[in-house]
Formats: sequence, structure tokens, C-alpha cells
Amino acid sequence: MVFSMYIRSFLFILIAALIVDPASRLAHGQKAPGRQGTFALTNARIVPVTSEPIDNGTLLIRADTIAGVGSSVDVPADAEVIDASGMTIYPGLFDSGTRLGLVEVGSLDETRDFSEIGDLTPEMRALTAVNPNSVNIPVTRVSGVTTVITAPTGGLFPGTAALIDLHGYTPTQMHQGRVELVVLEFPSTGRQGRWDRRSTEEIEKAADKAMEKLNEMWDEAELYVRIDSARQAEGRELEDVEYVPAMQALAPVLRGEMPLLVRANKAADIRAALEWAAERDVIDRMVLSGVAEGWRVAEAIADADVPVLAGPVLAVPTRDSDRYDKPYRNAALLQDAGVQVALRTGDAENVRNLPFHAGFAAAYGMTRENALRAVTIEPARIFGVDDRLGSIEVGKQANLFVTDGDPFETKTTVHHLFIQGYRIPIESRHTKLYGEFLNRTPGVSE
Amino acid sequence: MMSPTSTLSRALLGVLFLLVAASATATAQSDRLRGDASDDWLITGATVITVTGETLSDTDILVRDGTIADIGTGLSAPSGVETYDAAGMYVMPGIIDAHSHIAISSVNEATAPVTAEVGVGDVLDPYDINLYRALAGGVTTSHVMHGSANVIGGRNETIKHRYGHTDPAELRMEGAARTIKFALGENPTRVHGEGNNVVPRTRMGVERVIRDALTKARRYAAAKEAYENGDAAAPPEHSEQMEVLAGVLSGDVLVQCHSYRADEILMLIRVFDDFGVENYTFHHVNEGFKVAPELAKHNAGASVFSDWWAYKFEVYYSTAYNAAILTENGVTTSINSDSPELNRHLYHEAAKAQKYGGLTDRQALSLITINPARQLGIDDRVGSIDVGKDADLVVFDAHPLSVYAVAQRTYVDGVVRFDRENDPDDMRLRLDPEASVEDAFDWSSTGTRHGRCLQDVGRYGHGGTTFWQSGH
Repeated sequence: MVFSMYIRSFLFILIAALIVDPASRLAHGQKAPGRQGTFALTNARIVPVTSEPIDNGTLLIRADTIAGVGSSVDVPADAEVIDASGMTIYPGLFDSGTRLGLVEVGSLDETRDFSEIGDLTPEMRALTAVNPNSVNIPVTRVSGVTTVITAPTGGLFPGTAALIDLHGYTPTQMHQGRVELVVLEFPSTGRQGRWDRRSTEEIEKAADKAMEKLNEMWDEAELYVRIDSARQAEGRELEDVEYVPAMQALAPVLRGEMPLLVRANKAADIRAALEWAAERDVIDRMVLSGVAEGWRVAEAIADADVPVLAGPVLAVPTRDSDRYDKPYRNAALLQDAGVQVALRTGDAENVRNLPFHAGFAAAYGMTRENALRAVTIEPARIFGVDDRLGSIEVGKQANLFVTDGDPFETKTTVHHLFIQGYRIPIESRHTKLYGEFLNRTPGVSE
Repeated sequence: MMSPTSTLSRALLGVLFLLVAASATATAQSDRLRGDASDDWLITGATVITVTGETLSDTDILVRDGTIADIGTGLSAPSGVETYDAAGMYVMPGIIDAHSHIAISSVNEATAPVTAEVGVGDVLDPYDINLYRALAGGVTTSHVMHGSANVIGGRNETIKHRYGHTDPAELRMEGAARTIKFALGENPTRVHGEGNNVVPRTRMGVERVIRDALTKARRYAAAKEAYENGDAAAPPEHSEQMEVLAGVLSGDVLVQCHSYRADEILMLIRVFDDFGVENYTFHHVNEGFKVAPELAKHNAGASVFSDWWAYKFEVYYSTAYNAAILTENGVTTSINSDSPELNRHLYHEAAKAQKYGGLTDRQALSLITINPARQLGIDDRVGSIDVGKDADLVVFDAHPLSVYAVAQRTYVDGVVRFDRENDPDDMRLRLDPEASVEDAFDWSSTGTRHGRCLQDVGRYGHGGTTFWQSGH
């Protein structure tokens, strides 16, 4: 009985999907394609984030842009109307630190494109290796995550991270606001995991050595920029300076044209990173990432006015002596100290859990409003794209999703999704396997 | 060179520090050890989620001698029994993690494809802080398992989170069914085939290893029986490995099998059919949903992740709807952690089966309570709130399937082993006298995932952390 009810309700959903969205009628081998148009989402609760929620409002989308928001928006005759009664519209969520698109299957080296050979490779670009057709992308976006930082890892300077939308067939189509950040893995004095059996002295020695390397590299970069600036002043060709790709990659940071994303987790390392950045005069373009022990040095981060990309929230404490809930509370404690906070999962195939990282932050001390900001408008501001993203406002890009409840609550379902104005089917490998196998035919045979 | 005076003053400082530390620890430790903690309680006014029965509003639970003595309204506390006012709170049965590697000092005896003779019960570590951290997420029972390096690994141990005891034996759940770890697929073929150049290198080889071992065990048991019946002059030479495997054949030792792909799941079902082995559970079993009708028909259990996938190739074609599909097909299903991070929020993992597949509250909570209890053969003791069962209870400030729920108290056998309001921040049971500065872990390289399924294996050809990260 229960089964047949399920079959019926499933068929109903399937048929409804076919009627409502003709695009899903087309077979697709990689990911469900979206389509642009004029859409009116009516009778919805709208949470713009940057202003008060609107009850029973209408949101109008034309091409890639939000064309109208409010309780008295006229619905144009050509608009496709989506009745969103009882539902809420939120701006698309940002994950401020992932490897999405840079790895397909975690254990297979052939599919791991986030770590090049060498410790000093800032010229490697995440944007080059992002696979727009990764199976992980649809799996992620159907949970309301529309925009992510995807970043290389490892060594000291593993490359540049990029801000991408989870829609598009080329990295360029996905790239948002041309945002790229040079990643610096700040020398760590922390133990890298339970398997890391080095003595405390060995760990410190390795960190000192890395620090030397970093300073040498940066000295060279400063020299390179001076030489290159002189070249420019004299109107000479780029070919007149030695070809050093790593230096060319760091130059925009030194010139203040590109942010520096500094990953540090242990309190002492965060402090050292702040001091280093101040000495090197790049603290104004620095963004901290990870910051597991940020709560220990929250005042110092706040004083330096450096924004942080905090997370994962769902993590274990860094020290056995720490209170069990410190990872859940870290982001809230940073906010309380006055630090600008965005959240990150640090994940790849399960970036879809970003809403739950925000939910746990909210369960353990952050207000729900601030948790929502930490995955919408705050990262948009940190990355300098708040003119286009991070909230629901007329003129902004239509990155948004429609739910039947609180966006962080576990059982909440996303019913509609738009990225760059494209209406995207709520479909992924996971939903398709559900459809195929809930009531497998043939069933058990004898 | 250090001057004699400075050495002396350093030594004095050191002694002073130790004295201060020792006195501070002595006071705090009495709390942490919970030496004189009561196992009699009256918990009042809560919403009681029994899981197997109805959810009761504004209800009291009386706990006597660590057992649930009464459930009802308007219960009064017998003299000497303390009352915990849980008005507005939700009480559910202590959570059971069917797959864990915490509180043991070794995980894998990765020296041969069959190592049934070893058991993780011999290496229990009562000081592991992960026991406490899991309590803070409502976990009261963990099935602590051998790793997945070997086709037939060692015996597992079902433990209660009696954090505070320093005797490893106190962790054991006395009377729990004996269980053993099996493992199929990539891990044993990589460790033994690729790593040591011995069978198995393929899923074909995995089947042979199991059939050969069980056949030997059947002969061993027969020879032993013949001797006991007087049909043979001498017993077979004692083999601990054969004793354990004979227990698998007789049903005394329940198989808990690491698995992923549909084909290998069907393989083990066929093998067990041939050998008459029943009452087994597949773990991880990411492709279980593809053979759910077969699992249901053979009464095989499934213990899954809520949503982990794509960390290795054999989980690439999987779905977060696994738990729901299995449940709807009538398979006894649980959600486990395999991780000291994930085990802190199994209630949240269970709720994901509502997002992915729309399970009811009762179905979802069964995934982390009565269903794992059934799979581990301990459902007469734990897994639901019933009179006569162990008083393993967790009190949440909101419905436990909500992301906003925060555990307030966790009782194990009636003893409060986690108390959000009153516990000190530092809950370690001992300090390392050798360590001048406590280690801080920088988890950035491993992310949130700390699987230990392949711990102690070494790092065959996969350089450094890669192997670890994907080691489920």
C-alpha cells in the first residue's frame, strides 16, 4: 500500500515536472540544462537579506536580472508565472571555500586537479581546471548553493582561487565578477592530523623553513614589481624583464589589484599571518580562510579589519582540551568581536551541506539573520561583487532559490532555482537514481 | 649554555606548575570521572520520543539503578531521587552509532586478508576525548570496528560511552552480541592485491577468500564436533581464527560487512546463502539502494552514510536517497558515522533522510536508534524508550530532527555523562606529563573527514594524506 502511494506521488511529481518545465523533456547526458526567459514568482515571501522580508510579494526575472521585487509588482503578459504560495525566496547561497569542480572522485589522482607539483606555484589558476560538467555541480546547486569560491590547495602558493556560479558550460560563463584571489597557505605550526607523528620541534622547524621560503619569495616579488614598474615607467616591453610566471602571478597582489587569500587555522599562525601581512603592507587586501582557532585571536583579527572565510563549521575542535562546541561557535564568536564573517565548507562533493554549516552556527550562538548574511551578502561584499550578487534587489543578477521553509532546516526542500536568470531543474545524479531505484523494475526475482 | 641558576629556577617553576596543575586537575577531575554520579533520576515534563511507540507530550521518565523504571505523567520522585526539569525539552533514546573507530588504539591488523583472530576489544582506550564529544551529540552506544583493510578483519566491540571510567573493560556493553568485520571491494584489493601482491586483487578474489575461509571453518567445526561426539580420537589443533569463523557459521558472531557496489553485495548474499549464514549487515553499502529488494528478501541489514559519496570510485554512482530507498523497500537500515566528526551530529544525519526521500519522524529516528540496535543484536536493551530498557537517554532543547536542536544532557545507564550546562570546557581525563604545550590540530589538510577505516595500513602508492582522506 505504502509503496503504491509512493509510486503514485512520484509519478505525479514526474508528470507535473514534465508539464511545468518543457526543458526537462529533453534527454540530457551531463546535467539538466536551464533556460532563461521572463519569470514571475508570485504570492511568495521574499527575504532580500539587505532589507526587510516581504510577505506575499512578487519577484520578476528578465533574462539574467531581477527586474522587480515587491508587494505590488505588475506581472507582464509575457511572463511565465510560478505560483510560490507558502514558499520563501532567498538569494543564492555562497560557499566561500571549496574545491568544487577541481576534483571529481576524491581518491583518484586522475581527477584531482587542485594541487600542482611544487610549493610556489601562484601562476596555477583554479579557473583553468574547473570542470563545468562535473557531476558534483548539479548535486550542489539543488540545495540552493549558487556561487562558490573554488581554490587550489597545498604548498605555500598553490595558485589562484576563483569565484564561480554553478551554471554555465565554460569556466568563463561560470566566472563571477572576474574575481580571482592568490592563495597563500600560511606556514602551519599545527599537527596536520592524527597520522602526523612529527615531534613539536620538527613541526616548528618545518614551519620556520616554510616561513623563510615565503619571505624569500615575497622579497623577490617586491623586487620584481619594482623592476616591472620601472619598465612600465620607461615604456619598455614586457619582454624586457625576465620571464618568471610566479612573479607575474603575485604582482597584482603587491600592486593592490588582487586580494590575497591566506589560509591559517591555529591561533599562533593566524597571528603570525596578520603580523606578516602588516609588515609586507598587504593587510588591506588580505582575506583569512579556515581560521579554526579564530575565536582565540578574534580581537586581533577585528583590530586588523581583516575579513574571514570561516569553516568548516561541522568540524572537531583543534585541541583535546577545547570545549566540544568551539567549531560550531567559532564564527559567532568572531562576529561578536566585530569581524566580518563569511562561511565555507572546505568541501567538494558535499558543498550541498553549506546550509547546515550555517544552521549549526545559528544553533550555537549566531543569529539566524547573521548566519544568512554570512552565506549571502557578506561574502558578496568581501569579494567585491555585492553590486550584482548576495541579495535580492532590482538590477542584481537573478541568483535565487525558492523553499518550503527555513533554508537551513534539514528537511526543507528547494522547489525552484535560478542562476544567472536560468531556471534550473531540481535534478542531479542523486535525484535521478532515486527516481530509477525507489521501486526498481524488475524487483526481486527467483 | 644555560646557567645553573636558570636551570634551577626553571626546575622550580616546573614543580610549581605541576603542583598548580595537579590541584586544579584534582578538583575538576572528580566531576569528569563522575565517580559518585547517581543513576536514579526523575526527568519531568518532556516530550518523550519513544521511537518504537508513540511520542508522548508533557511526560515524565523515572530512572532507577540505570534502568527505565516508569514512563507516565505526574510521576513523583522517590526519596533521594533527583529531578531534572525537562519542560519544553525533547527526550529520545540514546543514539547508537553502528560504525565507529573511536576509543581504540589500533584499527587494522593489515597483515593478511583474513585476521578473524584479532579483536579491537583488546585495544580499547577509555581516555579518548571522542567518547565525550559523541555524548555531546547524543551518542550513548558505539559499535567500534576493526578497519576495512582485510576481507575478513577482526572482531568489533559494542561499547557504551561510559566516559569517566578509566578501566577499558567498563566501556564494554556486557552481553552484547559478538560481531566481526568483513570488507569487500577497493580497500582489501588495494591493500593486499596492489600492496602485497596476494589475493585478492579483484572482486573475484574477494569471494574466493571468503569461501575458502568459511569452508575451512566448516571443516574445523565438524572435526571439533566429531571429537566431542566421540567420533574422532583427537580434536583439531586449536585455531582462534577458526573458532571465530565457526562462530560466524553457527550464528554466534554477526557479520558486519564493509561494502559498496551492488555486485559485491549480491556476491556475499549468495555466499552466505550457501553457508547458511544469516542475520548480517552491510555497512556503507552506497549501492545498497540498487539491490534493495534482494537485501529485504534476505533480511540483510544496511548501515549507510546519509550523504557521503564520490570520495572514491566505488561510491561515485550513489545517492543521498539511499537510506530512504532502503527503508521504503523494507530493509532494516541505520545511519552511521565512521567518523569522530560525523558522530557528533547523527541526529542531523538522520534528518537528511527526510530531505532526501521524505521519511517520517519515526522512520528517520529509527535509523539511529532501534534499527542499529537490531543490527547489533542489542535491541532488547537499547534503541527505544521503554520500561525495563537501559536508561540511555538524550535531552534536546528542540526536536532532534531540527538543525537547531542542541543536546543538553546525555544519560548512559542513568548516569549523566554529558551536561551542557555544568560540564567544564576541558573534559580530558588525563594530561600528558611529557607534553609542554598541547598539540593543536590543523585539520585544513584533511577537511572535515577523518575516516579511520584504513588506519595502520601504511600508505601504499597514494602518497600522504590522499589515502587517508578517502579511507572509508
